[in-house]
Amino acid sequence: MEKTVNQKAWFLVLPVLLLVAFSAVIPLMTVVNYSVQDTFGNNQFFWAGLEWFEEMLRSERMWDALGRQLMFSGIILAIEIPLGIFVALNMPKSGFWSSFCLVLMSLPLLIPWNVVGTIWQIFGRVDIGLLGYTLDALGINYNYTQDILAAWVTIIVMDVWHWTSLVALLAFAGLKSIPDAYYQAAKIDQASRWKVFRFIELPKMMGVLMIAILLRFMDSFMIYTEPFVVTGGGPGNATTLLSIDLVKMALGQFDLGPAAAFSIMYFLVILLISWVFYTVMTNLDKREG
Amino acid sequence: MADMTVNKTSSRGLSLPKINSRLVVMTLYLLFLLLPIYWLLNMSLKTNTEILNEFTLFPRNLTFANYATILTDPAWYMGYVNSIIYVTVNTVISLAVALPAAYAFSRYHFMGDKHLFFWLLTNRMAPPAVFALPFFQLYSSVGLFDTHIAVALAHTLFNVPLAVWILEGFMRGVPKEIDETAYLDGYSFGAFFVKIFTPLIASGIGVAAFFCFMFSWVELLLSRTLTTVDAKPIAAIMTRTQGASGIDWGVLAAAGILTIVPGALVIYFVRNYIAKGFALGRV
Amino acid sequence: MDWMAWTWPTAIFFAVIASLLITFTVLAIKFPETPRTGILRIETTRGDRLFITLLGSAFINLAWLGIVGAQQPYALIVCLIYAAAVFRWV
Repeated sequence: MEKTVNQKAWFLVLPVLLLVAFSAVIPLMTVVNYSVQDTFGNNQFFWAGLEWFEEMLRSERMWDALGRQLMFSGIILAIEIPLGIFVALNMPKSGFWSSFCLVLMSLPLLIPWNVVGTIWQIFGRVDIGLLGYTLDALGINYNYTQDILAAWVTIIVMDVWHWTSLVALLAFAGLKSIPDAYYQAAKIDQASRWKVFRFIELPKMMGVLMIAILLRFMDSFMIYTEPFVVTGGGPGNATTLLSIDLVKMALGQFDLGPAAAFSIMYFLVILLISWVFYTVMTNLDKREG
Repeated sequence: MADMTVNKTSSRGLSLPKINSRLVVMTLYLLFLLLPIYWLLNMSLKTNTEILNEFTLFPRNLTFANYATILTDPAWYMGYVNSIIYVTVNTVISLAVALPAAYAFSRYHFMGDKHLFFWLLTNRMAPPAVFALPFFQLYSSVGLFDTHIAVALAHTLFNVPLAVWILEGFMRGVPKEIDETAYLDGYSFGAFFVKIFTPLIASGIGVAAFFCFMFSWVELLLSRTLTTVDAKPIAAIMTRTQGASGIDWGVLAAAGILTIVPGALVIYFVRNYIAKGFALGRV
Repeated sequence: MDWMAWTWPTAIFFAVIASLLITFTVLAIKFPETPRTGILRIETTRGDRLFITLLGSAFINLAWLGIVGAQQPYALIVCLIYAAAVFRWV
């Protein structure tokens, strides 16, 4: 649609601007202020300069958390994106069963995040959980509070359970926008199933898949509640992801300075990734439009 | 009659093996999704003795005592009330500010519109963990700590951008000629927006409201950080099942099931728009 | 505002950012421009280039702090060179 230039439109945006500025800019400024100071409580602050940034950059704790975070996000993306596409390809296209699948698949998305954690905490327990009990009965040694591998498998399966439907829903919406004529043309050309996917379905899904990857990457990058409920970051620090570490530092130990420096670097990374995705997305839009 | 049905099923089975493989995939996937939820439901209907001492796939002594515990104890059910209050307040605020903004983004070019849009995106992506501490300080200093409004305002951080996007997506689908005709007919902007435009995007407003509701409902980190007693959300109250004698599994499971109910009730109405909502209005 | 713990350096920092934003807004009003496509092969306006500059500078400063760890002001020189490059070629 052709848009007209109208600077008065600013007045319509103003409420959003003020509200989000209050919710986002003031806290971010505070974080910057805290990051260059030291405090012993009582609102008494002492200038610390860039000390906290230096400490954080050199701290193994942060780099380890970042490494675990990247590993977590990478693994869940590698599982959820293909699995989501696969599920979307197999969904009924229309009618009652399509709605039926849509409703059931959306269910995990609407569960409060700590309840998601609780569900899997219970489900994986060897004494009272179906999964843990079954694995134990099969003779597999599975204990997510002691064993690092079991803890990781649990939080990854949990995330796949929680969010694959999102990818599937988006991919499904992309698939539905393909006109039947495309498939008929492919049939006439006797294109193989793979070629139909590669040259018709995948390009049409590209836009929504970008959004799916963006949302899944970002949301997994800031995941806190679910793994925290299940493992509490343990065993040891094995599942302490970035947000878990940050909350531990900021609200647990009340180390304002280091936590603030950590926050800023965390936020800068998010900003960079958001910008890259946004640029790629708007360029894709432009090419299509 | 009997013959015909048999024939029908057998021919379907033979001639369309493709549908069967689809059926298998979807059945397995849905089973994977529903099994953990079923297990929670199963536990919520058992007594603690049964949960801990016997491993049963169905509740042998069906009991609703766990639900009764929650629904009769104010310390429990006030958690639901608190959650519903701040979620509702948040949804109303988010929609009220997002509607005009989305209209501006969908209809006009103005100075810095793209940058503003991007800035909103970054707020949707910002980790709540970064904001937890400054929010705590901010709302303590203005005397809003442990109130519903504090949580509602905090959640606008990610819900306002989301609402703007979803609404912008729906508004883009409304032809601009409608606006122009209305202005020619002498409608003021306000009258046009309320009387003509809002009914046209009613489904979009519904979907945006659903998403605001949902994300405010599932978030815990901020709502827990900003409350202690008076506005404590149900999700945070769930931790109190850890008593001196161990965890009260039955009640915990029942509380969990009750948090799933509100979402499950409304999801049917928005089923066809869920993807559009998650796609930030871009499908 | 006590709890925000303002300091002079951070106040100056935000003032500089704010004045940059205002300057670029005024520039955009006084001298409207068409977006151009640079070496990143994306369309950018002056405002976009400012954003790329600021975000990049943040990372340059962090890298300097992490690798060199002393004489932070020199990192600003690198930032200025980077800024010039962004405004010239991106």
